Amino acid sequence: MAGVMKIQGTPVYIAPHDQLKFQHYFDSVVQLDAVTVTAKRFDNSVIPAQMLSGQELQKLSVHSVADAVRYFSGVQIKDYGGIGGLKTVNIRSMGSHHVGVFYDGIQIGNAQNGVVDLGRFSLDNMEAISLYNGQKSTIFQSAKDFASAGSVYLQTKVPVLEADKKNNIRATVKGGSFATINPLFLWEHRINKNISSSASAEFLYTSGKYKFNYSKKDGYDTTEVRKNGDVRLFRAEAGLFGNVKGGDWKAKVYFYNSERGYPGASVREEPGKFRHQDRQWDDNFFAQASFRKKISPSYSILINGKYAYDYLHYLSDPRLDVTTMYINNHYRQQEVYFSSANLFILFDWWTANISGDMQWNKLNADLTDFAYPQRITALGAFATSVNLPWISLQGSILFTHVTDKTQRLTAAAGDKNEWTPSVITSFKPFRSHELYLRAFYKRIFRMPTLNDNYYTFIGNINLDPEFTNQYNIGLAYKKIIPEGWFRNLDVQLDFYYNEVENKIVAMPTSNQFRWTMINLGFVEIRGMDFSATANMRYGMFDMFARLSYTYQKAQDFTDSSSEFYGGQIPYVPWHSGSLILGADYKDWSLNYSFIYTGERYESVANIPENHAQPWYTHDMAISKLLRVRTYTLRFTAEINNIFNQQYEVVKCYPMPGTNFKFIVTFEL
Amino acid sequence: MRNLKYLFILLAGSFLTLIHGCRKDEDINPSTPTEVDDGKEVEEGDIVGFFLLNEGNMGSNKASIDYFDYETGIYHRNIYAERNPGVVKELGDVGNDLQIYRDKLYAVINCSNLVEVMNVETLQHITQISIPNCRYIAFKDDHAYVTSYAGEVGLDPNARLGYVARIDLNTMTVKDTCVVGYQPEELVVAGDKLYVANSGGYRFPDYDNTVSVIDLNTFEEKKKIEVAVNLHRLQLDNYGNLWVSSRGDYYGSESKTFVIDTNTDAVTDTLHLVPNENMTLCGDSLYIYSAEWNWYLGINTISYAIINTSTKKVVTRSFIKDGTESEIVLPYGIAVNPESGEFFVTDATDYVTPGRLHCYGRDGIRKWSVTTGDIPAHFAFTRTKLKPLDE
Repeated sequence: MAGVMKIQGTPVYIAPHDQLKFQHYFDSVVQLDAVTVTAKRFDNSVIPAQMLSGQELQKLSVHSVADAVRYFSGVQIKDYGGIGGLKTVNIRSMGSHHVGVFYDGIQIGNAQNGVVDLGRFSLDNMEAISLYNGQKSTIFQSAKDFASAGSVYLQTKVPVLEADKKNNIRATVKGGSFATINPLFLWEHRINKNISSSASAEFLYTSGKYKFNYSKKDGYDTTEVRKNGDVRLFRAEAGLFGNVKGGDWKAKVYFYNSERGYPGASVREEPGKFRHQDRQWDDNFFAQASFRKKISPSYSILINGKYAYDYLHYLSDPRLDVTTMYINNHYRQQEVYFSSANLFILFDWWTANISGDMQWNKLNADLTDFAYPQRITALGAFATSVNLPWISLQGSILFTHVTDKTQRLTAAAGDKNEWTPSVITSFKPFRSHELYLRAFYKRIFRMPTLNDNYYTFIGNINLDPEFTNQYNIGLAYKKIIPEGWFRNLDVQLDFYYNEVENKIVAMPTSNQFRWTMINLGFVEIRGMDFSATANMRYGMFDMFARLSYTYQKAQDFTDSSSEFYGGQIPYVPWHSGSLILGADYKDWSLNYSFIYTGERYESVANIPENHAQPWYTHDMAISKLLRVRTYTLRFTAEINNIFNQQYEVVKCYPMPGTNFKFIVTFEL
Repeated sequence: MRNLKYLFILLAGSFLTLIHGCRKDEDINPSTPTEVDDGKEVEEGDIVGFFLLNEGNMGSNKASIDYFDYETGIYHRNIYAERNPGVVKELGDVGNDLQIYRDKLYAVINCSNLVEVMNVETLQHITQISIPNCRYIAFKDDHAYVTSYAGEVGLDPNARLGYVARIDLNTMTVKDTCVVGYQPEELVVAGDKLYVANSGGYRFPDYDNTVSVIDLNTFEEKKKIEVAVNLHRLQLDNYGNLWVSSRGDYYGSESKTFVIDTNTDAVTDTLHLVPNENMTLCGDSLYIYSAEWNWYLGINTISYAIINTSTKKVVTRSFIKDGTESEIVLPYGIAVNPESGEFFVTDATDYVTPGRLHCYGRDGIRKWSVTTGDIPAHFAFTRTKLKPLDE
């Protein structure tokens, strides 16, 4: 719950404005003890922000980060179905390229295609998932934190060891429909008073096979099985966490290895005649570290560094599928990143931050006539924040410089130098009510990806960055009631207008074999996000409710001569929402969740042929905790898509019907 | 603030009410009629209309057929689905060719790996012929010939020859295949010979550059004629000359037009300045258009030409005479009504929204335009009137 800190099990409420102050001083100043790191200093009063904590995530019957993010307002997930299918997030219809995904404070890059697959991130090790519109309202952060139109922060668990314990061990096995088996292991260890470690590993296999049905009224009715959607993955992570005087540090290595099939678009074909056989193999490795310290009462520093290596192998083999073209491509990406943020506390109420980031990316691929691009990105951010009891103001300006180099004789894309501002304000009209009126403006861009610029045949080096302008006004209201069954309420309501300029789109050229990327496209988005959470307590029952609703009108105003000028952009529903209801009784826990996506169109041509039906799923999970001497056991059973709705998120990619999952967790 | 709980209940309640948009049984999309001209009287045996095959973007399963009726002047968009409610997932994914032969309409559905066979009078599904990665179709006597990319895979999976499938029209089954070049495209029957344009489109930068000649008596490849890289279209004229288009390699080698004499099977002419994306013949007039990407302007540069096939000279560089060609974003299909001389150009626009069909009189003045399905491309004129749906 936002606004509630849990320190060693005792809920402590901290006023949002005080939280804000805490954010300006960095976390470790007030949180020196590792135990209190679990405390959530989460603030959604200044900038629209939403969070799901580890406990909430555990109760939700979701598999990946992408599944969880669906419960936030203002978000669309593109889901190609199944556990292995690509899942990308789009915040407020600006496009998934504009979403920054941060893993423990450092951005996950994909210079090649600019999109992070959130389906790959397991929830098991997650402390919290937060989503910010615009940017995080704290100013003490790297320049990269200012550089996206919207951001998702994935915060993994930090070891929490009670005074007399040296080790925490947790072993989990999940299994269920689609022949899914998913064992996980976590070991947390205290090395000494100031240093602890964490290691976790996970394996997953799923056949990805599920039945789906397509039918038309007074027409055909067919049930088929989704094939070649199998996934095998292995993830391992290890981290060290330390405290120093007035600060802390952490270092982490991450490894992910997977093989998966592409089930492909479900189109007309003779059943069982040809099989999709194309496959993809991935290796992702990164090592990252961060260090922060309060050097003096008025100066603090935060340093982040990262090295990442990503390997992708795609194979489409006509020996296995006669219909296909032979493609056997290997892509290798590297990234080196370094950042320094410097916070100056000028007065109690006035702070300023200067950040500088450097990043180097390289992409190799065994494509014919490949350019072997390298990209150097330098970012500088200056931000300042004024906090008075009734008003807070933040302003930031980001400078970005990008230089590309290629091995191709034809030149690389020209250097880019861009200045982009943001202004954030929050106003508290009543002293005694936690009501905040807020507004922000932000202009930011995304660079053309290395694919946009350099992909053989398709890439276009003349592309300009794609800009977004965001205007948001809204309110946040929090209420805590110490007595009675209704314990608290947290409401957020925001209205926004966004523009996407110079949108990078694929454009057909002379024929279907030849496309290119161009800056053509202008989108206007008018929307409303609403979310509310409430906690209730009735006798031994603890109840929790979370509601979100989104309205979006996202129109394509690219070509005024087009018959479809002003059409709603593909896959953005006008109405969408979610509801979570949870109840705890002693060691039992029950959770119900509902997701609704309203009607939408699969193309900007909003005609009946492109109409997509609404879809909505009901999921339920029940769990029981058993305490046996020094260890605990938790048993969970989940049923998802209870009413077996046959739906698609993306046309021709059917989603699974009713499915089950069982989880056993052992904790020592 | 005791009312808070009621506020929350109210919110939850109104939320559920708001979500009233529920799923319904999905209807089959009906056709959309549009009146584009006043219609005219059509004599027995004359052309009564035409079918237009819309390709639909790959992976979208949106191939569709439109029909224009000359008698009523009504253009019917998307008529296949409502006439074939039992065919699972409608026409399929990427329609690549459309031909009428005898009393049947044949649609080659590339990514559904089949040839759809329909009754030309009712458009009702008769059967389907399975051919992996099928591209174009031609006919002679009791046989249909279909090009396919999906030949046998040898040691090098990248060097995979395509083939021509021979279909027995009595049984509607593939009886024989003949291996040709890489990624064969259009094919044309000339006497006892079948000419096949080999593209090698999967093998960039090692495109194929040959036309295969198949002896239809033995159904064996007799010869390969070297022409130019990345061949695509074929058109036989009234003088036994075969017109061949090369797409070029999109780098140094540009799109061009070539002529093969089918008596000698030798290349006789190269028209360097006639880029050729698509062509169609009417009498001695060969209508050609091309679209080439211009990096400086950031648009497709479109050109049109008519060649006189008897003189092999360019007659005109613009056959649309009223300036309306500026409204065409990306020409994608062309056809000429052999009786009236009126011609048609389709516009695929951005591939992901419905395209446009433009009808021009013989004089090059536009008569009407209409919205089609996605990526309108292939025409088949019919002399058999299409029965209305309710008959």
